[in-house]
Amino acid sequence: MDNTLIEARGLSRHYDVSNGFFGGTATVKALSNASFTLQAGRTLAVVGESGCGKSTLARVVTMIEKPSSGELTLDGHHIRSDEPLTDAQQAELRASVQIVFQDPFGSLNPRQTIGRILEEPVLINRPDVTKAQREQQAREMLAMVGLRPEHYDRYPHMFSGGQRQRIAVARALMLEPRILVLDEPVSALDLSIQSQILNLLVELQERLNLAYLFISHDLSVVRHMADDVMVMYLGRVVEKGAASEVFDAPRHPYTRALLSATPVADPTREQTRIRLEGELPSPLNPPAGCAFNPRCWKAEERCRQSAPELDEQEAHPVACYFPL
Amino acid sequence: MPLLDVRNLSVDFKTANGQFRAVDGVDVQVDVGDVLAIVGESGSGKSVSMLALMGLLPWTATITSDSMMFDGVDLSRADDRTRRSIIGKDVAMIFQEPMSSLNPCFTVGFQLREALKAHLPLSRRERQKRAIELLEQVGLPEPERRLRAFPHQLSGGMCQRVMIAMAIACKPKLLIADEPTTALDVTIQAQILELLLDLQKDTGMALVLITHDMGVVAETAQRVSVQYAGQKVEEQGVNDLFANPHHPYTDALLAALPERATTKHLPSIPGVVPGQFDRPAGCLFSPRCQFADDHCRQVKPGNAPAELGHARCHYPLIKGVPQREAS
Ligand SMILES: Nc1ncnc2c1ncn2[C@@H]1O[C@H](COP(=O)(O)OP(=O)(O)OP(=O)(O)O)[C@@H](O)[C@H]1O
Ligand SMILES: Nc1ncnc2c1ncn2[C@@H]1O[C@H](COP(=O)(O)OP(=O)(O)OP(=O)(O)O)[C@@H](O)[C@H]1O
Ligand code: SF4
Ligand SMILES: [Mg+2]
Ligand SMILES: [Mg+2]
Repeated sequence: MDNTLIEARGLSRHYDVSNGFFGGTATVKALSNASFTLQAGRTLAVVGESGCGKSTLARVVTMIEKPSSGELTLDGHHIRSDEPLTDAQQAELRASVQIVFQDPFGSLNPRQTIGRILEEPVLINRPDVTKAQREQQAREMLAMVGLRPEHYDRYPHMFSGGQRQRIAVARALMLEPRILVLDEPVSALDLSIQSQILNLLVELQERLNLAYLFISHDLSVVRHMADDVMVMYLGRVVEKGAASEVFDAPRHPYTRALLSATPVADPTREQTRIRLEGELPSPLNPPAGCAFNPRCWKAEERCRQSAPELDEQEAHPVACYFPL
Repeated sequence: MPLLDVRNLSVDFKTANGQFRAVDGVDVQVDVGDVLAIVGESGSGKSVSMLALMGLLPWTATITSDSMMFDGVDLSRADDRTRRSIIGKDVAMIFQEPMSSLNPCFTVGFQLREALKAHLPLSRRERQKRAIELLEQVGLPEPERRLRAFPHQLSGGMCQRVMIAMAIACKPKLLIADEPTTALDVTIQAQILELLLDLQKDTGMALVLITHDMGVVAETAQRVSVQYAGQKVEEQGVNDLFANPHHPYTDALLAALPERATTKHLPSIPGVVPGQFDRPAGCLFSPRCQFADDHCRQVKPGNAPAELGHARCHYPLIKGVPQREAS
């Protein structure tokens, strides 16, 4: 049985922004031509530096925003940039794809009790479910994410950061989704709490056969969680493959630099660091050719002329003329 | 004699619900050329203890200490003039939120020249020259142009470099860097940490690095001080700390690192840090500690000897085994 839950082909999302003093508009290519698949029970991690388009991808996959171009199939439903979904399709899809955001403080309504927060998605999307059923579902969910029954009547400010993140995960699970998009789910948490949440996610995935699109800039967390990894730079996928291959034998110079820049919690390890010069270029004005070329130590004339493509047919593809 | 020697520092805040102890009897020693990392849970008093030293806490804070010696001067007893001649010049700090500590209304150059003016007898031209030098030193390309820029025109990494330039403008003997790279990408983080370590090596400047990233600690620090709920619970050289943590909190913290995981299930510390109203009578870590017994819950532990990392614990660990005989 094919249990592919996400199939993305050439997904792009562009934003028109006003261009400073001249009153013109410019286009930010926040996401360009991303293709990937994700199966039930598996975790695909998306890594890359600030502004490379990770959250944009999350918003497109959860249909908070439409792709500018490309095709997206979610749990069997085709979503196309030029063809709007019917309301019924939307509702069904909302239920099967849910998102958890980074900020456990901003994403919960401070005026609602935890019970109300958990029940709201059901109230909106499943009007036929009775109040008693909703409440029971919410109470079961509290137990599932390791919170206590008495928490049902409390307000978000009474909880710690880790507990709030549990609540956010619980809310996302209320509609029994098959896909969970996790946008930096542990970045705001202390190490001791981070491990509680990661354990919870692992457990829930095993129990419910969930597919995770896992966004994180912490590579040690990604290494722990991911089956597959997709590395992005300035809106483009530059490398993807099985997590073990990408981590142990990176092929793109950027992936290699990213890995070598990540500090390892072992003071006895010899560091061999690739020094990257310069900053991330502006997405409003990306360099010609390969977007990484101004910072790349392998760049040659060809890299400055045209952008390398990623060969989707390969098992561990890379967008680079001189892969490692 | 250490460059910085703070003894028994405590900070209490007046809050709507009464007094709140944010820092509880902390000692800090830093030698010339030292790199000391301070780690610990969010809210454990890392920033507040250093802000107390800098004299930058609001009036709601009550600071007490036995002494705060810096380079032969007791800052806790020094008059305002003496303090001002030291703080910002010989002791400088990079703050946790870089964006909020640069003034958005003034150019980078203006702010840098003002910092120089406050402490050094330089002419206008000399100040401009030194400002350019400083930006070069922190690796900002085209320094003349950057001096005319406003903070919002620079990236996060560039702003952080400007902050460092301002902090090192007067060649401090001690630089306190509070989460200097947390908001930055790892490739930029690597550049900034390298810059700080170069400064430390080239000038003999001592560095106090506050961070929650154990990877950064492992790769930059010489010594590590671990804080929990306002107290220092352990201090050791960096290699020993990672190899043989003596306090159960340090041990649990290191075990929770995903990169040390042997299975999909990570060891985790149950519960949360105590707050203002549920501070335990005995050891502050006892509600979460896997080795706690009634003695721990009732009696506050003192500090173990130096060879046990000064661990504030009744039963300090050796290679993960609690030493029940020790007390
Ligand atoms: N609504 C929008 N309008 C214009 N530009 C946008 C919009 N949303 C995102 N962008 C731009 O698109 C790019 C990608 O942003 P995105 O938030 O996806 O990055 P990210 O990888 O999630 O970064 P971070 O790690 O900082 O969260 C950025 O340059 C951002 O400024
Ligand atoms: N002005 C203030 N008034 C009252 N309480 C304060 C004040 N400033 C800080 N605190 C409290 O003091 C405690 C210690 O705060 P501090 O900022 O030192 O933590 P930290 O260890 O630096 O944490 P983080 O890793 O999150 O930066 C916290 O509980 C904080 O809420
Ligand atoms: S004193 Fe007891 S409770 Fe506290 S850390 Fe040591 S063993 Fe654990
Ligand atoms: Mg994002
Ligand atoms: Mg702090």
